[in-house]
Amino acid sequence: MRVPLSWLREYVDLPAGESGRDVAARLVRAGLEVETVEQLGADLKGPLVVGQVLSIEELAGFKKPIRHCFVNVGDANGTGEPQEIVCGATNFAVGDKVVVVLPGAVLPGPFPIAARQTYGHTSAGMICSARELGMGDDHNGIIVLPPEYEPGTDAIELLQLVDEVLDIAVTPDRGYCLSMRGVAREAAAAYGLPLADPALLDVPPANSYGYLVKVADPVGCDRFVARTVTGVDPAAQSPLWLQRRLQKSGIRPISLTVDITNYVMLEVGQPLHAYDRSRVDGPIQVRRAAEGETLTTLDGVKRKLSAEDLLICDNSGPIGLAGVMGGASTEIVDPVTDPETGVTTGSTEIIIEAAHFEPVTIARAAKRHKLPSEASKRFERGVDPEAARAAAQRAVDLLVLIAGGTAEAGVTDIAAPHPVRTIAIHADLPDRVAGTEYGRETVTRRLQEIGATVAGADILEVTPPSWRPDLTDPYDLAEEVIRLEGYDNVPARMPMVPPGRGLTEAQRFHRRTGVVLAGAGFVEVNNYPFIGEAALDALGLDAGDARRRTVKLVNPLSDEEPSLRTSLLPGLLGALRRNIGRGNTDLAIFEMGTVFLPKAELSVAPRLPVDRRPSAEQLAELDAALPHQPRRVAVALAGERLPSGWWGKGAGASWADAVEAARTVARAAGVELTVRQAQYAPWHPGRCAELSVAGTVVGHAGELHPRVIKALHLPERTCAMEVDLDLLGADLSGRVSGPPVSGYPVATQDVALIVDAAVPAAEVETALRDGAGELLESLRLFDVFTGEQAGEGKKSLAYTLRFRATDRTLTADEATAARESAVAVAASRTGAVLRGA
Amino acid sequence: MSAPNKSYDPVEVEALKPEEVERARDEALAAFATAGTLEELKQAKVAHTGDRSALSLANREIGALPPQAKAAAGKLIGQARGAVNQALAKRQVELEAERDARVLVEEAVDVTLPYDRTPRGARHPLTTLAERIEDTFVAMGYEVASGPEVEAEWLNFDALNLHEDHPARSMQDTFFVQAPDGSADSGVVLRTQTSPVQIRTMLDREPPLYAVSPGRVYRTDELDATHTPVFRQVEAIAVDEGITFADLKGTIELLVEKLIGGGLELRWRPSYFPFTEPSAEIDLQCFVCRGESVGNPDRPCRTCSSEGWIELGGCGVVNPRVLVACGVDPQVYSGFAFGLGLERILMNRHNVADMRDMVEGDVRFTLPFGMEI
Repeated sequence: MRVPLSWLREYVDLPAGESGRDVAARLVRAGLEVETVEQLGADLKGPLVVGQVLSIEELAGFKKPIRHCFVNVGDANGTGEPQEIVCGATNFAVGDKVVVVLPGAVLPGPFPIAARQTYGHTSAGMICSARELGMGDDHNGIIVLPPEYEPGTDAIELLQLVDEVLDIAVTPDRGYCLSMRGVAREAAAAYGLPLADPALLDVPPANSYGYLVKVADPVGCDRFVARTVTGVDPAAQSPLWLQRRLQKSGIRPISLTVDITNYVMLEVGQPLHAYDRSRVDGPIQVRRAAEGETLTTLDGVKRKLSAEDLLICDNSGPIGLAGVMGGASTEIVDPVTDPETGVTTGSTEIIIEAAHFEPVTIARAAKRHKLPSEASKRFERGVDPEAARAAAQRAVDLLVLIAGGTAEAGVTDIAAPHPVRTIAIHADLPDRVAGTEYGRETVTRRLQEIGATVAGADILEVTPPSWRPDLTDPYDLAEEVIRLEGYDNVPARMPMVPPGRGLTEAQRFHRRTGVVLAGAGFVEVNNYPFIGEAALDALGLDAGDARRRTVKLVNPLSDEEPSLRTSLLPGLLGALRRNIGRGNTDLAIFEMGTVFLPKAELSVAPRLPVDRRPSAEQLAELDAALPHQPRRVAVALAGERLPSGWWGKGAGASWADAVEAARTVARAAGVELTVRQAQYAPWHPGRCAELSVAGTVVGHAGELHPRVIKALHLPERTCAMEVDLDLLGADLSGRVSGPPVSGYPVATQDVALIVDAAVPAAEVETALRDGAGELLESLRLFDVFTGEQAGEGKKSLAYTLRFRATDRTLTADEATAARESAVAVAASRTGAVLRGA
Repeated sequence: MSAPNKSYDPVEVEALKPEEVERARDEALAAFATAGTLEELKQAKVAHTGDRSALSLANREIGALPPQAKAAAGKLIGQARGAVNQALAKRQVELEAERDARVLVEEAVDVTLPYDRTPRGARHPLTTLAERIEDTFVAMGYEVASGPEVEAEWLNFDALNLHEDHPARSMQDTFFVQAPDGSADSGVVLRTQTSPVQIRTMLDREPPLYAVSPGRVYRTDELDATHTPVFRQVEAIAVDEGITFADLKGTIELLVEKLIGGGLELRWRPSYFPFTEPSAEIDLQCFVCRGESVGNPDRPCRTCSSEGWIELGGCGVVNPRVLVACGVDPQVYSGFAFGLGLERILMNRHNVADMRDMVEGDVRFTLPFGMEI
């Protein structure tokens, strides 16, 4: 809602020096979101005056028509002599009154004006268009003023070019503030000044000889006021003040009748519709549409109607989509002047409709037909049904006053009976909600200020005003009191919070995961979860891969990415590539976040009631319709993991770094990962580790498949890991028992084992540990090699075993026996043979 | 091992002459003083304090002296040996110090060499910012709650007093999830706010409830310098007996003080959210210009766009209808709730000019933030 300050002052006698910014600050504190305060004409400087065109000489020989004119600007130029001006517009004639800017003036831009030579003549100033004056976008030639103004009159004042406009974003509960009347009411309350209510008009009572209206749906339309005006002069134009107010409010002037309906809507908040009575066939009917009916709205679009649409009809069928947009067949005809005769024709008999429609009906219709209009915006948020008569009267008055029309005596007013809404509120409810003391007197006064009637003592009986359909319960009223008293005046205090439980084990684990990965040199990234087929194809997933089953969006940001991720890798690898594209070469990044896995059984989430707590079954139904959303962590590595430098050569990121990242996270969960060779997209089939905990697969790690690397334009040997944090952290209750730390000496023994190249080292290690028994303190693989010395198809694994007892110094024999036992188990399980044996 | 003293004859023995003892002592002292290296000193030590040295031999002969001569000879030789040993030790220290000074200088390295051998990591500032806010609340006694990002419409809208035709529902540009039949009627959306976590918390447990819930939320905005379709909120809710708007103000003031610093004015603007009543938008006085850029074109402020205020978020007293939908009796309990946008706080608290930097995952953006902010 754009509110010109000059217009606002008509209803509230604001202090003279009060600036738009001052008023905005007050309104903001009362809860109106004033987004900007526009300074109209701030850089405008005169002289800008009314001029009368005395002569026009058409200059030939130029690419466009050029006129050399003399204009009477009265004494404004200091000489009283005609002003010589060259003009490129052609929409004016000798004798017309125009707006002339004289040398020395500055137009918005700023554009300083000076006399200059052009097209072979002196141009001492300019004849102005609306756009040049910052009045709007209309650039169809220059402004031709009504004839009544004297040459030399100051046009800055006449056109009200200097003003301030408050642009207010009206929240959905404040429909009444989509009008000058509503904003003025708030301003009056904010300043403690009286309001001159523009809807307080003398309106003749309804009678039986108004235009015939039949309302078949009194729920959809609970009020219909119709008035008729005849003898409207089609040549009559909107006066400047009316045009200017519309322009400042962001509405383009069209024709007098339409301008008047728009003006009254802005003023009172009641959307009006004007019909050309000569084009309406019989009585007006309000009903729902029949399936298959169509209506051509006045934007020229033929619309298929739905049975839910509420219509305004005549004998010919639909003539308007109620509360949204009128029909083309009955709209006011644009005035046309016959150039020969000078006679202007257009609509002369007008029906004014001021109706009240049910908000939800209008909201749905506007949504269904994608037709948000000034009218629907207001009806959706609630229009004052009691303002309909006054609004119609105001339009009639303006048509009579400006267009020379005659108001017919008939007044149609169909009103469905409205129960009076009263709300009982404990006088101390605002105190209890705010946590301060207002007292009954203040509460009563504030409620009266918003237009409510208040009766009673400890329990107040409050009848909210007709323009506040949002006020339905005591808390709504409490809010009004608190806001008008000022939020700034509510004291601040702290609630007494009972002792808390701190972070849960899972929350601590999630934090730890981030900390250990960052400590290990990984940088956290956050990616959007949107993916498409292309991303899944690039990962080389089989047609039947479970990760191809995705949650899809109805309205994705991009049609290429309609799904939610089933793996963190597409986003993470995208971030990796983005970094590489920006010249960051050695990268280790990680992401923690949810993936979205559709359930096996798909269902729809029910729409449950809100007037009570849903049952456990109903809540289970809601959750059943949601996908699984496990939390995962993934890493991606490329380039050097350990940089080369003056200390020596570094090391490129490898599959082992990816596996180690998983182990790092597992340690943060306090669990040991079991690693197994596996083949799983998008990893290299020979360099993929399946990671599990107690038999449950929790993720994969390794080097990416060369095809995936190629498809995603990643560096060779790019590595990645992805594990499920919910599975890893499934049991965080375990406590570490402090190990006995033996003070006896350690006995160290090395073994080198030859095994088949295909035997996983992890199996050999497990066997050694199992065989070594309790004396084994630690075991470490210190060398792996293949080649001639190991034998064809074999590899050598060399381990250091450290033995220690807690109660004695081990003898060499004891340590050797333990080692031999370890080797024996490894031999029987994996075929390991002692090297050199 | 020293060889036996063949010339030993107890009868013929007589005391060493004092001048000989003195000479032996002086020779030793001179030899130590002239030893230029530890090796030379070692040789001098053997020569003058070893078993075959004059003083050692003399010492050994004391035992053979007649009793009346023993004391005087012992004293004489003991003093001489003491002086010799002292001089040796002193010279030893001197020569070691000389050696150390030389060798350690030779071993010197350039300790200013860079050693960026261990790759550096960092956590995303939005993560650590959320944790800082969580910690502030946990310290007050709150718990940290979370909920799913793909959420039932009932929880995201209806239970929060946003019924299907509510104008506010179309204000929020919602991503809808496809139903099994491909239609939009799945009843499931990407949550547009963290507020459904409030509902889940209330459905989950009886009051008193004090919870803070950070999380990702979604709106169909295009990514630009100040908008992102996927962003983060932190929401807090308190439901207890006698909770008021005053409690809300106190809590937020404390949070702002902990998070941004004290001494800044807060502006409470009445606003509208269906799930709170009364509702407010909270603005924080711009901590860069402190409002001095307003209407002052000579001193424009980038942080607040010369408006003097920075929007922090929305808040209010929980609408009793929301309590009812969760089975909480509004006659007994009341609550407050508020939500803050983390991206905006990060932009303001850490001078981040472009929201895209938080989204694109460029490591150069994240690294300086380290492990905590």
